[in-house]
Amino acid sequence: MHARTTAVRRAVAAVAAVSVVALGAAACGGTTKKSTDSGSSSGNGSAATASANPAAATKKGLTIAYLPKQVNNPYFTISDNGGKQAVEALGEKYKEVGTSSGTDTAGQVSYVNTLTQQQVNAIAVSAQDPGALCTALNQARKNGVKVVTYDSDTKADCRDLFVSQASAEDLGRTEVQLLAKQIGGKGQIAILSAAQTATNQNTWIGYMKDELKKPEYKDIQLVKVAYGNDDAQASFQQTQGLLQQYPNLKGIISPTTVGIKAAAQYLSGSKYKGKVQLTGLGTPNDMRAYLANGTVQSFELWDPAKLGALAGYTAVALASGQITGAPGQTFTAGDLGSFTVGQDGVVVLGKPTVFDGTNIGQYHF
Amino acid sequence: MADRMTDPMADNKAATGRGFAARDALRWDTVVGALLVVLLVCSFSLVSNFGNALNLSFLIGNTLPIALIALPMTMLVVSGEIDLSVGSTAGLAGAVMGRLWNGGMAIEMIIPLCVLLGVVCGLVNGLLVTRLGLPSLAVTIGTLAAYRGIAQIVLGSNSVTDFPQQYLNFASDRIGGTFVPYAAIPWAVLLLIAVVLLHATPIGRSLFAVGASQEAARFAGIRVKRLKLSMFVATGTISALTGVFWALHYASARYDNATGLELSVIAAVLLGGIDFDGGKGTLGGAVAGVFLLGALQNVMSLINVSSQSQTLITGVLLVVSVLAPRLARQAGRARARRKAAVGDMPPTALTAV
Amino acid sequence: MTMTTKPAPAAAAGAPPTAGFLDRVLKVRELAIAAVLVLMLTATQLDNSAFLSQQGIKDLLLNATILVLVAVGQATVVITRNVDLSVGSVLGITAFAAGDFLHGGGNPVLAVVIAVAIGAGFGLVNGALVSLGQVPALVVTLGTLYIIRGLDSIWVGSRQITAADLPSGFVSFGHDGLSVIPYLALLTALVLVAAAYYLRSYRSGRDLYALGSSPEAARLAGVPVRKRILAAYVTCGALAGLAGALYLARFGNVDSGTGNGYELTVVSAVVVGGVAFTGGSGSVYGAALGALLLTSINSVLPSIGVSSVWVQAIDGVLLLLAIAVDRIVALRVAGLLRKRAAQTRSATHG
Repeated sequence: MHARTTAVRRAVAAVAAVSVVALGAAACGGTTKKSTDSGSSSGNGSAATASANPAAATKKGLTIAYLPKQVNNPYFTISDNGGKQAVEALGEKYKEVGTSSGTDTAGQVSYVNTLTQQQVNAIAVSAQDPGALCTALNQARKNGVKVVTYDSDTKADCRDLFVSQASAEDLGRTEVQLLAKQIGGKGQIAILSAAQTATNQNTWIGYMKDELKKPEYKDIQLVKVAYGNDDAQASFQQTQGLLQQYPNLKGIISPTTVGIKAAAQYLSGSKYKGKVQLTGLGTPNDMRAYLANGTVQSFELWDPAKLGALAGYTAVALASGQITGAPGQTFTAGDLGSFTVGQDGVVVLGKPTVFDGTNIGQYHF
Repeated sequence: MADRMTDPMADNKAATGRGFAARDALRWDTVVGALLVVLLVCSFSLVSNFGNALNLSFLIGNTLPIALIALPMTMLVVSGEIDLSVGSTAGLAGAVMGRLWNGGMAIEMIIPLCVLLGVVCGLVNGLLVTRLGLPSLAVTIGTLAAYRGIAQIVLGSNSVTDFPQQYLNFASDRIGGTFVPYAAIPWAVLLLIAVVLLHATPIGRSLFAVGASQEAARFAGIRVKRLKLSMFVATGTISALTGVFWALHYASARYDNATGLELSVIAAVLLGGIDFDGGKGTLGGAVAGVFLLGALQNVMSLINVSSQSQTLITGVLLVVSVLAPRLARQAGRARARRKAAVGDMPPTALTAV
Repeated sequence: MTMTTKPAPAAAAGAPPTAGFLDRVLKVRELAIAAVLVLMLTATQLDNSAFLSQQGIKDLLLNATILVLVAVGQATVVITRNVDLSVGSVLGITAFAAGDFLHGGGNPVLAVVIAVAIGAGFGLVNGALVSLGQVPALVVTLGTLYIIRGLDSIWVGSRQITAADLPSGFVSFGHDGLSVIPYLALLTALVLVAAAYYLRSYRSGRDLYALGSSPEAARLAGVPVRKRILAAYVTCGALAGLAGALYLARFGNVDSGTGNGYELTVVSAVVVGGVAFTGGSGSVYGAALGALLLTSINSVLPSIGVSSVWVQAIDGVLLLLAIAVDRIVALRVAGLLRKRAAQTRSATHG
C-alpha cells in the first residue's frame, strides 16, 4: 500500500511539473496558428516565374515515374497503363512504383525520396494526403524533378501542375443531376463516401450540397453522408444502415468506385433493388452486372486511361520546358488535343462520361 | 508472455542455465549487426544513388519513428510484455496536436500536452495489465482500436498541415550538408539513456530477471508490477513523442497517422533477436534490426523491387529470424546431449530433454 | 498469469461437482454476451422500428457469417494457447483463388473445396512452424501474414473478380435463403455446431483444452502435443478458406487487398466471446456470439444514426471491458473454489 501511494504521489508531481512547464511556455507567447498565418501567404507559385518556350522540341529518353495512391488498384492500373502508352509513344521511359496500401502516407513519401534519388525527370503522383508529400516533393523539385499530380492533388505550392479528371464542380453537380432525374426530383437521398479524410471526395460533396440548394431540387433532402472507408464490407454495412435509418430513402450517390460497387451488390441482393436508386462514380466493368439486372440505371466516370495519358503528356511538356505551370500556357497532348493551364496550375481533362444501358457495351475498363 | 505461447523449451530455460541463453542471444544480435554492415557495404559499392548524404538522410528520417518506439518496446518485450497500441497512441497524439493547433493553442504548449497524453495512454495499458493481471496482448489490441477510435473522434476528417515552419524544418531537415537529420540527435540521446538503463543499471537487470521468470524475480524482491507499469508508461510517452514527430516530419496531422506502425516496430525488434518469451535480447540488436529493415527497404526501392515483393521479403526475414536461432539452439543442445552421453551426465542436462 | 488458478474446464483432474459448477459459470459467460446482444437489438428496435424487419434480420445474420466462421477457427487455436494472425491474408488469397477458378468456368462446389484446401494448406504451414519449430505463434503468424499477403498481391496484381465474372447461382447463394435465414448462415451454423460437438465430446477435442491449460501437464499425460496443435491450425486455416469462398459469394468482389487487417477483428471477436488468450478456456459458441455482437454493433450504430466515427472506439472499449470482466469473474470463481476445497477438506477431516 505504501509503495502504491508513493508511486501515485510521484506521478502527480510529474504531471504537475509538466503542466507548469507547458503553461509557462504558453504564457511567454508561444507559436500559435494566428502568429504563423500572417507570414505564410508568400510561398505560392514558385515555379511560374521561369520562362516557358512553347516551341521547344520534346526531349527524348526522359524518365517519367508514376506514383499512384495504391499499386494493384484496378483504377490506377488502367490509368497508369494509359500513361505508359502515351509516354512510350513519345520515346520516353515509363516506370511505376507505389505502396500496396492506399493510406500508407509514409510509404508514399519514401517513394518520392527514392525517385528523387534515382533522378527521374518527372513524377506523376496521385497524393494520398494534400500536405504530407509537400516536403518530399519540394525537395524533389529542388533537385530538378518536375512534379505533376493527377487524380488527387496536393497543396498548390508543392507541385508544378495538377491534372484533374474533370472539374470537381462538374462532378459534384452532374451526380446530383443524374440522381434527381432517376428519382423524379423528389425524396430523401444520402451520400456514401470513402474515408472522411479523402480530399477529392469532400470537395465533390461540397459541390453536391451547393447544387442541391438550387430551387429545382427543393423537394430533395440530403439526409446523411456516410463513410465506407473504401472498404467493401464497411461500405456494405453503411448502406444497410442508411436504408434502415431512412426507410423512405429514394436514392444514394456514391462518388467512389469501391463504394458504389458495394452499395450495388447490397441493393441487388435485397428487397430495395430497383426501388432505391444508386448513382455515382463507377467503372463500366465493375457495374456491368448491376446495370444488366436493373439495380443501377446510370453512373458516370472519366476515362482513367486518358487521365493517365494526359498526366504523362503534361509531365513531358514540363520536362521539355514547353510549359512551366503558369496559368494561360497551352500545350499539345498527343491525340487528346490541346490543353490550357487554368487557375492554380490545374489542367482539366474534360467532362465526365455518363454510362447507361445504351452505351456501356462500348467501354471496356 | 512465456506462459501464453506453446513453447516447451520455455519451461526448461531456467534449467539449461542463463549462460547458454545469453550466448545465443549474443550470437544472433551480432549476426544481425553483421548483416547490416554487409548490406551497407554492398549498397555503397553496388547500388547507385545509395551512398550520398541526401539518400542516407532520407533513410534515417523515414526509419526514425520505428527506431524511437523500438527503444522502450525492446525493454517491454525483455520484461515479457508487449504493446500493440503504439501506432494508435502516436496517431492519437498527432490528432490531438492537430485539433489543439486548429483551436489556436501555442505549439510550445501542445507538444508537452501530447506527451502527457502518451503518459496517460501508457498508464491505462500498464494498469490494466499489472493491476488486473490481464494479458498485455489482449489489452493492447483493445487499446489499439480504442485510441485510434478516439483519434478519429477528435480530428474527424480534418487534416492539419500548417504547423510553424521552424518546427517542420527541425523534423525534416538535416544538419548542413551531412547525412544526419536534426531529429536524429534527440533520438541518439534517448538511445544512450536506454542502453545505460537496460544494460548497466539494476533496473535493466531486473527487467531481464522479470522476463526470464516473473515468479523468481518477485521472490528476489523485485517490484514486478511497478517495473512493468513504468515500462508501459515509457512506451506510451515515446509513442506520443513519435506521433508529434510524425505529424511534423510529414507535415500532416490526420487521425490515421502511423497506422500499422506497431507491426513494423515488432518485426524490427524481433529481427534484432529480442525473444518474445522475455528475458533475452540487447538494444544493440534491436537497433540493428530496425536499421536493417529500413536500409533493406530503401535499397529494394532504389533497385526497383515492387512493394509486394518487399512485403513478402519482410515476412520471410521475420520467420527466419525466429526460426534460425532456435534451430541452432536445438542443434547445439543435441550436440551437448551427445557429448554428455559420452562423458559424465550432469543432472541439469536430464531436465533439458 | 501463473500467479492464480484459472478455470480449466477440461482438466480431467477436476472432481465431478466442481466440473458441473465450472460448466455453469462458463454458460453464464455466454449467456451474458447473448443478453447484451438481445438488449442491444431490442433497444435499437425500439428506436428504429425498421431495424428488425425481415430484411434487417437477414442482413444481421449475413454480416456475421464470415466473421463467425473465422472466429470459430481462431477459437480452436486460441484454446491451445496459440494465435493465428494470418487469417486475414488466408481469407484474401482463398477468396481470389475461388473467384479465379469460377471466372474460368469452374464448378461452384469445387471452387469452395479449392478455397478450403488452400486454407488448410496454409494452416498446415503455420501449424508446422509453431509446433515443430517451437517458435512463438504470434511471431510466426505475423511473418506468414506478410508472406501470404505478399504472395497474394504478386499473384493477383491489379486483377479483380467482380460479380459479373461469377455464375449467377453462386452470387444469389450469397444473399438468398429460407425466408429470413440465409443459406450462408445455415452453413455457418452447421460448421459451428460440428466444431462445438467435436471439441466437447471427442477425446482429441478435449485434448486441445488440456493443452491450453497446461502444455507441460498435457504432455506428461500423454497428449500428442504437436499433432493436436497442427490439427488446430489446419482447422483454423480451412475455416478461413471457407470464409474466403463465402466472402466471394457475399460481396461478389475480390482484389489483392481483400481481408487486409481482418485478423484484429477476428481476435477481438474471439476475446469478447470469452475465449481467453491464456488458453484452455472458452468455447466456440462464445466466439460465435462475440462475432455476432461485434458485427451487430456495426449495423446498430448506423441505423440509430450514430456516426461511423464512433465504431472503432466502441469496439476497443468493448474488448477491454470483456477481458476485464472475464478476469474479475475468474478471480471470484477461483476464490470460491478455494473456499469449497477448504470446506470439503474440513468435512473429511471432521
